[in-house]
Amino acid sequence: MSTERGRIRITGFDADRVESRDPLSDWAEHSAVETQSRWRRGWERFKRNRSAMVGVAVVLVLSIAALLARPITVAGFPIQPLALAPHEPSTILYLQDPSVGVYDPPSLSHPMGIDGSGRDLFSRILYGGRYSLSIGFVVVALTASFGTVYGAVSGYYGGWVDEIMMRIVDTIYAFPGLVLALIIVTILGGGYWQLVLAFSLFGWASYGRLVRGEVLSIKENEYVMAAKALGARDWSVILKHIIPNAIPPLLVVASLNIGTVVIGVAALGFLGLGMPPGTAEWGTMLDATRETLIPGPEGRIPWWATVYPGLAIFLFVMAMNMIGDGINDALDAQATGMDDQGGA
Amino acid sequence: MSLRRFILNRILSIIPILFGVSVITFGLFHLTPGDPISQMVALNPDISAAEEARIRAQYGLGGPVYQQYMTWMGNILTGDFGTVIKNNREVSAVVMSRLPETIVLGLFGWAFGLIVAIPTGIYAAVNKDQLGDTVSRFIALSGISIPNFWLGLMLILVGALWTGIWPVLAPSRLPLWHPKMLKYLILPGLTIGTASAASIMRVMRTSMAEEMNKEYVTAARAKGLPERQVVLKHVLRNSLISVVTLAATLTASIVAGSVVVETVFNWPGLGKEFIDAINAREVNLLMAITLFTGVFIILANLLADILYAVLDPRIRYD
Repeated sequence: MSTERGRIRITGFDADRVESRDPLSDWAEHSAVETQSRWRRGWERFKRNRSAMVGVAVVLVLSIAALLARPITVAGFPIQPLALAPHEPSTILYLQDPSVGVYDPPSLSHPMGIDGSGRDLFSRILYGGRYSLSIGFVVVALTASFGTVYGAVSGYYGGWVDEIMMRIVDTIYAFPGLVLALIIVTILGGGYWQLVLAFSLFGWASYGRLVRGEVLSIKENEYVMAAKALGARDWSVILKHIIPNAIPPLLVVASLNIGTVVIGVAALGFLGLGMPPGTAEWGTMLDATRETLIPGPEGRIPWWATVYPGLAIFLFVMAMNMIGDGINDALDAQATGMDDQGGA
Repeated sequence: MSLRRFILNRILSIIPILFGVSVITFGLFHLTPGDPISQMVALNPDISAAEEARIRAQYGLGGPVYQQYMTWMGNILTGDFGTVIKNNREVSAVVMSRLPETIVLGLFGWAFGLIVAIPTGIYAAVNKDQLGDTVSRFIALSGISIPNFWLGLMLILVGALWTGIWPVLAPSRLPLWHPKMLKYLILPGLTIGTASAASIMRVMRTSMAEEMNKEYVTAARAKGLPERQVVLKHVLRNSLISVVTLAATLTASIVAGSVVVETVFNWPGLGKEFIDAINAREVNLLMAITLFTGVFIILANLLADILYAVLDPRIRYD
């Protein structure tokens, strides 16, 4: 706003005239304000999107339910004393209470029925969210950050570095993620961190490809050239200028990807290769019901054991996809809005 | 660039990827603690020491890793994928006998996806933001969110167990081409096709809605073409191009889906064979199916790219 910025005194032009002129060029101050309000505008749009807000509510409810399902203690010290779930997920109820039988249908005291080992399904489903949801978020956090750096490096340097890095991504793309995860779990065995690794080891490739594409188009912008001309190092250009601008599309893909990972984890559990048998993970719970569903024991079908765990997965993934669509709409609409406004 | 040069370029560009696929397949199974033979021996106790030595010699295990890779690649290029330890059958024979089952299932899923998704997509785009559009978008969103194995279980539960209208387990293997088999194909086919149908529908709707705003549409309307003709003749053709790009991605999702869906429905295809091979630790079979999957998806991508270039000549000038 003043002509006395920094130590250099600018003379030779009438500052007031420049100020009153139509804003033809994007000043640095202008763009800083734009970036701020760009996110805020996107957020405003997102808030008005009803289905996205439903998605947020469902994800919050499921996450809180999973957290509060049973008390959490770290090294003997209780950090979360509440227990929403009436029973321990692994408690076999008929051992304590002979009136409870295997595959009891849903009732008031057991709203989702009893599973094939005499455990309370409602408690298991609440608790089971801990595995699926946390693996989903951890995997996406890991793959998105690695993929972003990978894609940014590949796109920024270009040339043969880019060529080799992208051929690696192409190669990973030749395999469905589930098949790779299956092989990794076969080699390492099941378990929480094995599942995280199974989905992270190759899962970053899609982010790498996405970010590289974004970087190629962002690289052409003047502000990147300006930063380089001012002597910024490659790393600081990538971290401060390129990655922040590649974030909007990344956010959309990441939110949709959480759903994919949760389904993948459940699929491995269902195939008997995820968490150890008997774990209250949603997919693993379905694995145990598969045998009883197909023959139908004594003409009675314990549908609750199959319906509820799958419904939990479906609900969560649907909510994540609604959020993803909402982010996409919010940022997309805002991008076109920017174009109209810029008039360029 | 002429079409022929474009195709030639694309074919040459898959060579390093094919190499990469073989390296990943080999690496996944070999860079683990203990080579695959000792894994095999540990899990199949009836292999004798002499047999172990014979297998080791056959695969050239013992030399450095790159040499092992060369031996393995050499065997594969001459069509030798090794044998299944359990029954001593040729791996390639097993793969070939299972392949038609998976192809039929996959094609059915594909066809179902296209038949349902394209008309629904058109309908949704034409009636954008109206009730029908909202409903079909909701269904499509459910379709991409539903875990396919659970959908399969639900279809079995409702179709076979509750109402009893749909038999699930095929009688002891009629030939695959027998007309009666169609009945057993429908539930697994629907299960495997739902996700693709939903994704195609979403892409169809977005790209049609986008095309509808273009100037050639206004021009077609202005010259007095009936709306039906504008949509079906002009807009549809242009939006189908984006479905073609999606096709390759969907092939990968159908291949992955077959692993799960074949297990749910006990369908004796490659996917079920893969899971059985995992449980029996048949490394040769696992490697062959993995490699096959990779090569298949690369070829599907290649085909989609070429088709894209044929449909949209602009792409060749990139």
